[in-house]
Amino acid sequence: MSQQTPVQDSTRYEAVIGLEVHVELSTHSKMFCGCRNVFGAEPNTLVCPICLGMPGSLPVINRRAIEFLCKVGLALGCTIAAHSKFDRKNYFYPDMPKNYQISQYDMPLTTGGSVQLPSQKIVRLNRIHLEEDTGKNIHAGGHMATSDYTLIDYNRAGVPLMEIVSEPEIASPEEAEEYLVQLKTVLLYLGVSDVKMHEGSLRCDANVSIRPVGSTTLGTKAEVKNMNSFRSVVRALQYESQRQEEAVRKGERIVQETRNWDETRGLTYSTRSKEQAHDYRYFPDPDLVPLTIEQGMIERWRSEMPEMPLTKRQRFVSAYGLADYEAGLLTSDRVTADFYEAATAESKEPKLVANWMLGDVRKFLEKHGLTLATSLIRPQPLAALIKSVTSGNISGKAAKEVCDILVAEGGDPQNIIEKRGLAQVSDEAAIKQVVDEVLAQNQDTVASYKAGKVKALEFLVGQVMKASRGKAKIEVVRAMLLERLG
Amino acid sequence: MAKAGYEIRTAIARKQISAVEAVEAALAHAQALEPQLHAYIRLLPERALAKARAIDEQVRSGQTLGPLAGVPVAVKDIFCVAGEITTAGSKILENFRAPYSATVVEKLDNAGAIIIGKTNMDEFAMGSSCENSAFGPTRNPWDLEGVPGGSSGGSASTVGAITVPIGLGTDTGGSIREPASFCNIVGVKPTYGRVSRYGMIAFASSLDQAGPMAGDVLDAAQTLSVIAGHDPMDSTSVDIPVPDYTAALRTDLQGVRVGIVSEFETEIGKSDPAMAALYKAAYEDLQRLGARLVDVRLPHARYGLATYYLIAPAECSSNLARYDGARYGRRVDGDGDVFTMFERTRAAGFGDEVKRRIILGTYALSAGYYDAYYVRAQKIRTLIKQDFDAAFELCDVIACPSVSTPAFELGAKTQVPVAMYLMDYFTIPMSLAGVPALSVPAGYVNDLPVGLQIVARAFEEATMLGVAHAYERATHHAQARKPQVALSSSAAGSGS
Amino acid sequence: MADVPIDIDHVSQLARIALTKEEATRFSSQFARLFEFIAELQALDVSHIPATAQAIPLLNVLRDDEVTPCLSREAALENAPDKEGPYFKTPRILE
Repeated sequence: MSQQTPVQDSTRYEAVIGLEVHVELSTHSKMFCGCRNVFGAEPNTLVCPICLGMPGSLPVINRRAIEFLCKVGLALGCTIAAHSKFDRKNYFYPDMPKNYQISQYDMPLTTGGSVQLPSQKIVRLNRIHLEEDTGKNIHAGGHMATSDYTLIDYNRAGVPLMEIVSEPEIASPEEAEEYLVQLKTVLLYLGVSDVKMHEGSLRCDANVSIRPVGSTTLGTKAEVKNMNSFRSVVRALQYESQRQEEAVRKGERIVQETRNWDETRGLTYSTRSKEQAHDYRYFPDPDLVPLTIEQGMIERWRSEMPEMPLTKRQRFVSAYGLADYEAGLLTSDRVTADFYEAATAESKEPKLVANWMLGDVRKFLEKHGLTLATSLIRPQPLAALIKSVTSGNISGKAAKEVCDILVAEGGDPQNIIEKRGLAQVSDEAAIKQVVDEVLAQNQDTVASYKAGKVKALEFLVGQVMKASRGKAKIEVVRAMLLERLG
Repeated sequence: MAKAGYEIRTAIARKQISAVEAVEAALAHAQALEPQLHAYIRLLPERALAKARAIDEQVRSGQTLGPLAGVPVAVKDIFCVAGEITTAGSKILENFRAPYSATVVEKLDNAGAIIIGKTNMDEFAMGSSCENSAFGPTRNPWDLEGVPGGSSGGSASTVGAITVPIGLGTDTGGSIREPASFCNIVGVKPTYGRVSRYGMIAFASSLDQAGPMAGDVLDAAQTLSVIAGHDPMDSTSVDIPVPDYTAALRTDLQGVRVGIVSEFETEIGKSDPAMAALYKAAYEDLQRLGARLVDVRLPHARYGLATYYLIAPAECSSNLARYDGARYGRRVDGDGDVFTMFERTRAAGFGDEVKRRIILGTYALSAGYYDAYYVRAQKIRTLIKQDFDAAFELCDVIACPSVSTPAFELGAKTQVPVAMYLMDYFTIPMSLAGVPALSVPAGYVNDLPVGLQIVARAFEEATMLGVAHAYERATHHAQARKPQVALSSSAAGSGS
Repeated sequence: MADVPIDIDHVSQLARIALTKEEATRFSSQFARLFEFIAELQALDVSHIPATAQAIPLLNVLRDDEVTPCLSREAALENAPDKEGPYFKTPRILE
């Protein structure tokens, strides 16, 4: 590490970040064999001669994995290759049953494309390719450095893995998180992965370098791995860009290397120098044949694509008169968006439905630890509940109670209202009776009001509501009292 | 006791013999000859007799019998057989019990054939003499000091000794045809993709093919009909219907154009003059049957050896990476480090030839050399394929030598690897081009068998088998003499 | 051009085979003859020739996304040289 001249303090630096995101595709079966593709099974129960790399076994490509990747490519504006193939990436590692990984080298399924961030910034993609996942090494004692032996579970070996490589155009750790959120939304919309970082179905490595602001050349990059959540990604990138800046200011040279993020200690540490890169000896896998993707196939996939988040968001603004941020929240996932549209179609009150969904429904979901997908609340009952309030059948307060129950247990609002006796009484005759009783029992308050104490009215309203056990329609009560008191 | 597969099947169907009798006879013969031949790594008497009893039950109850019902067969120990040890001739797999069967094994089972054992082979199919087996060499039934050829030496030997009428081998650069030539039997390498490779331990994926080795063309044709066909488990297997190859077995060659390869004739001219004379006589026999001889050229065939010894090792270096002692096979301790364990396991588990080819192949794929070696070799492969395409414009089949010599002595070529590689000189180009080729007995030189190679266009096995059949019926070379082992053996029940 | 260009130590490490010095020397001299044949290939003009990756051209061989039975865990672990509970077991990984 040769010394360079320490840098002027006034130089400002910017981070240059590229992300490699690995996504496990939620196909039913693995990439090259028919083993079930599911998380959390007992170790080594989802394996076969093919994904165990047994002698004589051969891979066969899962067509749905190709379809899923190409649909992601269409969603992100990528160019889908007319010709593609699989190559062997050769290296030895205990979690790799064949000691080569079937991947794609020089003819990936897609190139180009981009991810648009909420700030409107575009981050271009380099490529998206398909490969097979490896098994999992479990180190006795939890740490690779201290264990005597390694235990291996090959359930994950052979799961289809999509690798999305961005150009080094992400300018900050915060932007990196935005990028990941956007990507996650698109992938959830397409239904191609459950993108759960904590389960490993979304994994992220970063290439980080720094350079003086205004420079167009790239600095030496370090690869950062082992970030297990979006928050980790932000923290790790903050740390790494800071570390590099400090090093450069001291006149140190940045080494091209791989660094692991240590969540506990909050730092990155060097694992191995990337300069000693593996010689992967890529060559076309002779057990597989090349792919040609016809225009007709691409058009068919395009026609099967759901409406994408950005388009849907813009449509919600124009069709439903929502504010952009409201539309953004309601289109953050397809379940919410579809729910909203179904409820609005039923109730014809887009703003009210939005208010309810972003307000009380969200609050009660959180209270019960549920999501829209896991809750039993349905669009039509929500629409019916909203109608109950606008028609005066129940008070706003009672409606919240009904909403809570709908979220927790599902059901029909009318049943709940009846069972709990929540219906508002609007019947003027009934209310008049209670008003008469209250006025009779509170002569001195009546006198206070007539003497000018306006607040006395609210006391009388409260008394009527109490006497009617909250069921009287409060607007009718107030109007009636005002009329009686003159 | 009947000798040919179709004879045994007919006899069983007619209840003249039982499947159990046929299998017991084959097992007894095999066991009796093992001390001399060592054709088998493992006999499978329990499995075989259980299957034989099942066939006999089928016969008893009048069920339809498969085309090979009750016929004892031997398969090269490169084919996984569920529940049985499958070694590929290597120490590294000497305790590997396969959890599944190769597709071709299942097809043989479904046709009623009865596998009596796993035959010896050069380790991971790398070799031309069966001397690279980790379990000792096999000997040639025609000369007990001679090699049976390789890598399918065990299958060739046991069929050549007429223990079983049919064996299964694999051919990557000549490993069926060369031993067939040495052991006086018919050996067929189908078109690449004609037969499934699923469950067949891989050596060089773009070249390996399973094929029948049999006492005569009819048995070979019947076996090919059974094992050929598309397999969804093998992405490189072709979805083209399988004809009944036995229906194409003609007895004359009127109208058939037979190509004679100028370069090959020059090359065989450098061998023992008796070899050139034998082939000249063979071509004349074809003419007498009505064939028209045509001169053809394969100008790039001479590059076949170098091309093959870049492509095959490259693919095998990757295919054999999985043998590391982690999940199956023999493991050698690594002083607490997994990579050391890999290195020592592989050093102890692989023989010299396998190590050489892995080194060579790793090198040919490595950074800086990939274009100069692997890619260049694949381009020359294209030239060789184009040569065959051009030749087949002028002829329907090609006839040429299978090997430049008859079987050589054990140890004669083990010191200089290239001397061994040259045994595949005439067979490698067909493997590179993917076209089907077979060897059929063509006579004797120095009292040792020599085979004639017949080559056809891709997926024209019927044409190829037809020509071979006509030649076989006209010349009866295989029947002209008896193997040394039949003359010297005093085994009871070895048949007459 | 009988020089054998292979750095056998480097290549055997890539291939994860622990060769002895004797093997390395012997193989090196055994490769020499083969490399004479290989050298002949360099003389050919292949600039306009496409590489043949497969002898018989096939395209788009795919399978439907259907689950088929796996091996039982016992079958999967049956051949394992070392195992612990439901896992395969190897010595530790030292980078």
